[in-house]
Amino acid sequence: MSEAQQNTNGAERSLSLEEIFEQRIANDEKIEPKDWMPEKYRKTHIRQISQHAHSEIVGMLPEGNWITRAPSLRRKVALLAKVQDEAGHGLYLYSACETLGISREELYEQLHSGKAKYSSIFNYPTITWADMGAIGWLVDGAAIINQVPLCNTSYGPYARAMIRVCKEESFHQRQGFEIMMTLCNGTEVQKQMAQDALNRWWWPALMMLGPTDDVSVHTEQSMKWKLKRKTNDELRQQFIDQTVPQADILGLTVPDPDLKWNEETGHYDFGEIDWDEFWQVVKGHGPCNKERMNARVGAWERGTWVRDAAMAYAEKQQNKKENQAKAV
Amino acid sequence: MKTNLYNYILELADNCLIAGQRLGELCGHGPSLETDIACTNISLDLFGQTRSYFQYAADIKGEGATEDSIAFLRYEQEYKNVLLVEQPNRDFAFTMARQYLYDVFHLLLLEKLQFSQDITLSAIAKKSIKEASYHVRFTGDWIKRLGDGTEESHEKMQAAINDLWTYTNELFEVTEDAKIMVAEGIGVDVSTLKEAYYEKVSALLEEATLTIPESKYFQKGGKSGIHTEHMGYLLADMQYMQRAYPNMKW
Amino acid sequence: MNKNWPLWEIFVRSKNGLEHRHFGSLHAADAEMALENARDVYTRRSEGVSIWVVESKHITASNPEHNGELFEPAQDKIYRHPTFYDLPDDVKHM
Repeated sequence: MSEAQQNTNGAERSLSLEEIFEQRIANDEKIEPKDWMPEKYRKTHIRQISQHAHSEIVGMLPEGNWITRAPSLRRKVALLAKVQDEAGHGLYLYSACETLGISREELYEQLHSGKAKYSSIFNYPTITWADMGAIGWLVDGAAIINQVPLCNTSYGPYARAMIRVCKEESFHQRQGFEIMMTLCNGTEVQKQMAQDALNRWWWPALMMLGPTDDVSVHTEQSMKWKLKRKTNDELRQQFIDQTVPQADILGLTVPDPDLKWNEETGHYDFGEIDWDEFWQVVKGHGPCNKERMNARVGAWERGTWVRDAAMAYAEKQQNKKENQAKAV
Repeated sequence: MKTNLYNYILELADNCLIAGQRLGELCGHGPSLETDIACTNISLDLFGQTRSYFQYAADIKGEGATEDSIAFLRYEQEYKNVLLVEQPNRDFAFTMARQYLYDVFHLLLLEKLQFSQDITLSAIAKKSIKEASYHVRFTGDWIKRLGDGTEESHEKMQAAINDLWTYTNELFEVTEDAKIMVAEGIGVDVSTLKEAYYEKVSALLEEATLTIPESKYFQKGGKSGIHTEHMGYLLADMQYMQRAYPNMKW
Repeated sequence: MNKNWPLWEIFVRSKNGLEHRHFGSLHAADAEMALENARDVYTRRSEGVSIWVVESKHITASNPEHNGELFEPAQDKIYRHPTFYDLPDDVKHM
């Protein structure tokens, strides 16, 4: 029997739902909310999409910290618009996640109870204005590397949300770089401020691309489902290769004595990342984990009576309408 | 320099600046993501208007003045915003009430200012009318939701209206600079807006099942630079960078 | 007992001449709020000139399990497409 015939016979023995599902993804077909999907696919997607959504809204806090203190009106409106975009992106992603049969309230509950994770970089403090530049340049830069491939991911609602996110996010990194550039062309104090910010954000930005491939638990399955197109280490290398020349343009020094161009590999070699620090922050013991969670939980709890009132009002209005209709 | 015009522009713009700053504080801390995004939009509108006014004011002032030197480098008593807009975000009812009580006035003002003899002010007003109309609609809807929502929200909204009412009368005070601008066909006589204002506000409060405060005791001072205790903290925040790092570009 | 804001589906017309297209969803207590929220969430960058909002629970969707019976019968009706008909190349404007 030829190989082709064997395959045909295989198909005739009728593929399992799961095999058909995997085949569809392999053929670059999109999966839509009401389609059958393996439970593990659903769970993994809820985890990843919600983690992504949480990162957007927790990510509003470190930058929100500087809205009232932005040094010029132009910077103030740009920063406000950026933080607002993050709220929007969180909203798109929560909505995508909700198509998998979980409510936003449940997702918040997971975030507030500490069960769900978010990008650990937002647990670092923003202590100078230059941090607004460094976050835009480095953190958004790293995020874009992570996010662009997701525009093609297998789950339709997630892919569509990511297309919107990526389109809107393109101004964020440019905004960050422009802030850095202005500082680097400024006074000595401003240059120092920029260098200090790079020193503090460089390593966390590298960590943001995730643990090294040998310890990363989700990579293989995620690759198959197109939740990931490249491994963490590949993404990290890409980030470093594209960011170091940008630091050169700014005239800043990347805080890594081992960083050097490798002619042979065509990439930068770089120093050891402090993974102990990474895990400490992930596990909830970073500089601002508690502040960030308190801020989120606080906003949600302070908002309860407001949300309840809006619902009560909506119901009253609805009843009024119905009574009027009856009276006619 | 046309001092009266300059001062008059500040009178218009400082309200937008300070109201925008107060709303900006809330970004990331609203009762829902959707409301957060909406409030930020209003804040952005107000800052946009502020910039148009200040850019014009900077031209009039000359001597290297910029929108930022005007926004950030004045002393507290040089800010001419009304006391209403500087009141802090005590809770969401308070924020919505403050904003609504300003928005109604703002829209009435702009509807007149669009006919100003000054073409720049007229242009700014025309553009801002659309934004302010939306603000009134948005905050007005929230007054209704909270006023006629639950018992708790009703109490909170009533308390907010009661507390803020005392700052409404100042909106209609005509300053010396404004008088001159009115005479020249540039400015708006805000005292003529008073009746329409209280009519509109009262109608909405009624619809929201809220009681219209009867107090006849009003606070004023903002327009002449005498602010409430909250203002210093707001400015300390807003001016921090420009004060700590003077004469730099950002 | 607190009740959560229901989910709404948002349809936006990008400009006159185009149809309303599904843009995404959001939460709101009532239709008015859904419209206002949609305006701020989905048209921040001048993406629209008209918005429809529909509470998600009012949408009835076809079941993908019935895709075979619903959609496949159309596949062999190729005579509904212009390419089904053979015409000589020199016939123009058809």
